[in-house]
Amino acid sequence: MTVTDQQTAFDCRQDFAAELLALAAEDERIVAVCNDSVGSSNLVGFRERFPDRLINVGIAEQDLVGVGAGLANAGKIPFVCAAAPFLTGRALEQIKADVAYSEAHVVLCGQSPGMAYGELGPTHHSIEDLSWMRAVAGLDVIVPADSVQTRAAVRWAAASGRPSYVRIPRFKVPVVTPEGAPFEPRRAVLLADGDDATVIAIGSLTSRALQAAALLREEGVHLRVLNMPFLDPLDEEAIVAAARETRGIVTAEEATVSGGLGAAVAATVVTRHPVPMRILGVPRVFAPTGDTAFLLDHFGLSADGIVSAVKDLLRHG
Amino acid sequence: MSLLAADPTRSAVYRQAAERIRRADRHTAAAELDQLATEVRRSIIRMIDRAQLGHVGGDLSVTDILVTCFYGVLSVDPERPRWSGRDRFVLSKGHCAAALYSTLAHCGFFPEAELDTFMAPLSALNGHPNRIKVPGIETNTGALGHGLPVATGCALAAQLDGADWRTFVVLGDGELQEGSNWEAAMAAAHHGLSSLTAVIDRNRLQQGARTEDTNALGALDDKWRSFGWEVREVDGHDHLALLEAMSGSSTGRPVAVIAHTIKGKGVSFMEDRVEWHHKVPSPDQVEAALAELAR
Repeated sequence: MTVTDQQTAFDCRQDFAAELLALAAEDERIVAVCNDSVGSSNLVGFRERFPDRLINVGIAEQDLVGVGAGLANAGKIPFVCAAAPFLTGRALEQIKADVAYSEAHVVLCGQSPGMAYGELGPTHHSIEDLSWMRAVAGLDVIVPADSVQTRAAVRWAAASGRPSYVRIPRFKVPVVTPEGAPFEPRRAVLLADGDDATVIAIGSLTSRALQAAALLREEGVHLRVLNMPFLDPLDEEAIVAAARETRGIVTAEEATVSGGLGAAVAATVVTRHPVPMRILGVPRVFAPTGDTAFLLDHFGLSADGIVSAVKDLLRHG
Repeated sequence: MSLLAADPTRSAVYRQAAERIRRADRHTAAAELDQLATEVRRSIIRMIDRAQLGHVGGDLSVTDILVTCFYGVLSVDPERPRWSGRDRFVLSKGHCAAALYSTLAHCGFFPEAELDTFMAPLSALNGHPNRIKVPGIETNTGALGHGLPVATGCALAAQLDGADWRTFVVLGDGELQEGSNWEAAMAAAHHGLSSLTAVIDRNRLQQGARTEDTNALGALDDKWRSFGWEVREVDGHDHLALLEAMSGSSTGRPVAVIAHTIKGKGVSFMEDRVEWHHKVPSPDQVEAALAELAR
């Protein structure tokens, strides 16, 4: 499948909205809080069904997150929805102090992350969110790879009793999650097995890692593909096993290389079982103008880019 | 969960005192609140002396507000700190944790002896309030400009449930320079949160200088009013005025109580002096302060 094949791909925001609506019908503690993002957070249906339980605080992200914490304090389960760059960047200190440090059961829903707003420029690119959220103690960081994981994330976060950040993909992705795959902290999803090298991918890069595995298989290279729905807490055992059982690890994420999945995997590898690695993501630059697919390809975040990184790793260590 | 548990003896005394104050005539209520505030102030001085750390000036300016709130206004139960029907109280100016801890211990939320551990290694009593460690605290504060948004969320939850509990938040005047307050002020008024009361400890000093010399708050009453709040201005050391100001909204709007206070109130050499924001008194000064607070 190519990156532009939309036939079997899904905009996960729709799955997010549908699951949230179903959950809200089951549990009256569920409320949605947004920042003038009823449309972009796909909350129109929620507003129609539960108008009182949709709280729009306007364009005010620090208040947005603080209000979420207060609602949680009073027994609600708030899903705080906003475009990922502004939710995580503008309200970073509120996420730390009011939500994570206060152990408030708030589900922070970062909409349209990564390069989803490609043409709108770096102010709207959410590539730092994974690094920022991973740095906050006590906050689960959940990165769904497809519609199945998006729905599971909504359910899991609502039931967890814990603060969490859920990164809701906008870029259309096919379903990659096999039947019966785990969805819980410290549990990777094995998508393909192999012993030459391992690719660890999250979110929108997961299906591309599978495409890379298919391309490499034609050349006799057997790739292990791991998906990490939970960036934090991370499945360190699966990483160590991959390091032991294959010749090296390539990570792939729609985020900056400074502090996200690649950094997390590297920290585990280097302290527990050093092997060669390649870290694929957005380098420390602000992106040029272009749509999402263009920018992902531009930064080597394509199936071909992953294939090249694996070959380079196998060739040069 | 909380590392500290209620002191049942003390909390029984608190319940009786709170009931007595709410039933008493004005003169008797004022006299009792004055006495309680003096006890809390003495406790604050001793805590800061032991810890050799703290924000004594702001602690003393906010004491009368805290004591009036807990003894005269709030519906809370130290033995059931997370009771769902409680009034919510948020100290947004979290650097004045010593005043809040002293008040909470005085009410029996945890044993008074614990105050001796203020800011000591591994103490539950951090330099800023922590809801996981200390019963009676609703949200972790310390970074400024956080309390009003959280309190707004609490009040929204009560509104959603049609519940009759209320939400109170105490803000420093200096922290109103943080824009997050004004985001919340707009939202609270927009949603008609009449169960929300913000009390501004208007002592006119911040860490480095006077508020009006730093980033002037100007016509503070007009600011709140124009954001859609009902504004009440009081002497923040007048317990009866505070009691009245913290009663419910008469207009269906959130209430901002601008409480004019004196930083360092009660200790003559600390009053209205910027250096006492977080200066630690010497042993002689501690003795002098306690002597003044004994009168």
